[in-house]
Amino acid sequence: MAASALVGASGFGNWARLAAQQALTQDQLLQFDTYGNISLIHITDIHAQLKPIYFREPEINLGVGTNKGQVPHVTGADFRKLYGIADGSPSAYALTHDDFAALARGYGRVGGLDRMSTVINAIRADRPDALLLDGGDTWHGSMTCYKTAGQDMVNVMNALKPDAMTFHWEFTLGSERVNEIVEGLPFAALGQNIFDAEWDEPAELFKPYKFFERGGAKVAVIGQAFPYMPIANPGWMFPEYSFGIRDEHMQEMVDEVRGMGADLVVCLSHNGFDVDKKMAGVVKGIDVILSGHTHDALPEPVQVGSTFIIASGSNGKFVSRVDLDVRDGQMMGLRHKLIPVFSDVIAPDPAVTRLIDDQRAPFKSELEEVIGQTDSLLYRRGNFNGTWDDLICDALISEREADIAMSPGVRWGPSILPGQDITREDIFNVTSMTYGQAYRTEMTGEFIKVVLEDVGDNLFNPDPYYQQGGDMVRVGGLGFRIDISKPQGERFSEMTLLKTGEAIDPAKSYVVAGWASVNEGTEGPQIWDVVESHIRKQGTVSVTPNTSVKVVGA
Amino acid sequence: MEFTRRDTLAMGLGAAVLSMVPFRASAAVDAAVEAFTGGAAMADTGIDLTAPEIAENGNTVPIEVSAPGATAIMVLAAGNPTPGVATFNFGPLAGSQSASTRIRLAGTQDVVAIAKMADGSFARASSTVKVTIGGCGG
Repeated sequence: MAASALVGASGFGNWARLAAQQALTQDQLLQFDTYGNISLIHITDIHAQLKPIYFREPEINLGVGTNKGQVPHVTGADFRKLYGIADGSPSAYALTHDDFAALARGYGRVGGLDRMSTVINAIRADRPDALLLDGGDTWHGSMTCYKTAGQDMVNVMNALKPDAMTFHWEFTLGSERVNEIVEGLPFAALGQNIFDAEWDEPAELFKPYKFFERGGAKVAVIGQAFPYMPIANPGWMFPEYSFGIRDEHMQEMVDEVRGMGADLVVCLSHNGFDVDKKMAGVVKGIDVILSGHTHDALPEPVQVGSTFIIASGSNGKFVSRVDLDVRDGQMMGLRHKLIPVFSDVIAPDPAVTRLIDDQRAPFKSELEEVIGQTDSLLYRRGNFNGTWDDLICDALISEREADIAMSPGVRWGPSILPGQDITREDIFNVTSMTYGQAYRTEMTGEFIKVVLEDVGDNLFNPDPYYQQGGDMVRVGGLGFRIDISKPQGERFSEMTLLKTGEAIDPAKSYVVAGWASVNEGTEGPQIWDVVESHIRKQGTVSVTPNTSVKVVGA
Repeated sequence: MEFTRRDTLAMGLGAAVLSMVPFRASAAVDAAVEAFTGGAAMADTGIDLTAPEIAENGNTVPIEVSAPGATAIMVLAAGNPTPGVATFNFGPLAGSQSASTRIRLAGTQDVVAIAKMADGSFARASSTVKVTIGGCGG
């Protein structure tokens, strides 16, 4: 990283200087000296955020094994130091968590597909044949997306004219709906690891790669969908499909496209950053990995061997531009910029604004209804409970009369500033999904530990190929100590029922309320209704700092 | 920021190489290996075992073994109550020495494949397959 950070300081300093002048302009955000003969535009993990939002980056993002202390497992002041970012600067606001509420008031919202469109159009003005590549998690995450089964996002994304896309949450629309959309997509739907479950052969509908002729070179884009879809999400919703990392098949595909004359091999990936890093060391011959899934935003590429990995954040907050010099079947050089989409600085593309408003119009009054207010900053992202999660767990415990609450450690969900209204749309933004039923069940203390250990290993297994890329399951009513350096079965201890202060008894049964079960036939009210009812009763919510999770071994 | 091919070489960042701690094989596994190999040493190249890192369904896990030049390949699920899965025998007319099947795994464990080569030598490969209750996909 040291060498990389040194180079990055010069590339990034220009942006940081703008902070001092308090003169952030669109031209400066988009400034880029066009380089080489090919441009890639990477967007990923938009999670259906059509409109500008606030999004606080994680405070806690722990790496394990060889990734301990390596990006993206660097946060806050350490992150700013690594990349030479000044405190309080626009880049500090965009990339780190500290002083978030104060900086958000100064720098405003981020994202919005109409702003992203402006950025994309500006890059296309420099290089008309730039490739726009969408890393997936696009048709999921908002009320309008849920109510239209992804159609709102499909309509708006089509206007942005992507060249290819890969997938994750899209599959939770159910395979019938996914097939229907993909069959009509005006661009390539890629996934070399999307297999037919019955025959264990590549699925017909999703091609492994696509060739593009750009700048006199042959560019092969290979898709890599999220490997653990049927495990991390309900497999019963798309039983015809099988996934997995399948790096041996990835190698076959790389060799195949090289054999067909590819001058540049790009992998459009939804593996998650650490999995991509490992895969880059295993599979030979990939020039660039456009990395999605784990929602990391890195101002510089990370290099493994001769592969460059680009991480472009989430929720519409960033667009990555990657210019490449490709000659004689070789990538000779790369210039990269992680462009933050400051919504108040970058002008919206009016045609896309209109299209977005059209999608929202049928739901406008539902979306905008104010349910309550918040005194606290509400955010989710981080390895352990965020304040949004604490609020959701409180809602589950009180509305469902439970001892303990569990809320999934997903990485999507925008933030709400102190003093802001909470609308119905805001609640959907952190809860929307096709399997949002809030279950209520009994679990023994022993089983609760099994659940924590299982999820903990999906996050802290030292081998990234055994990680699923989510954060730790959020809990309410339960305290615990986690030693992330221990193996599965030994990480969790000191489990305490918070309402009595007593140790969790392995033999005793507890009432547990949760949501987002991957099991078919889960019953209960939708989680957004549970949260809405709870917030209505509170009027104004205040979330006290959560001190019930003790983390060691980091 | 920019990278050139020269910078690339200068930085020379290595790839992360990780290894899993092998699971302790049960007595039944040791006995099966002993019966198959007669206690001979096993090479760690010459056989490929393809298995998912995390099983999508522990009841039916697709695996594939391939060992060019083998006369037989034995597959064991080291953590199952009965570890024996299959032994594939290849006659002299076999077009390739590979096989694929689906196996049931009782929990997270190592799948082991041992090939017996035509010259009487042995090769071994193993792969940890995690069986998880699933849950949180970021």
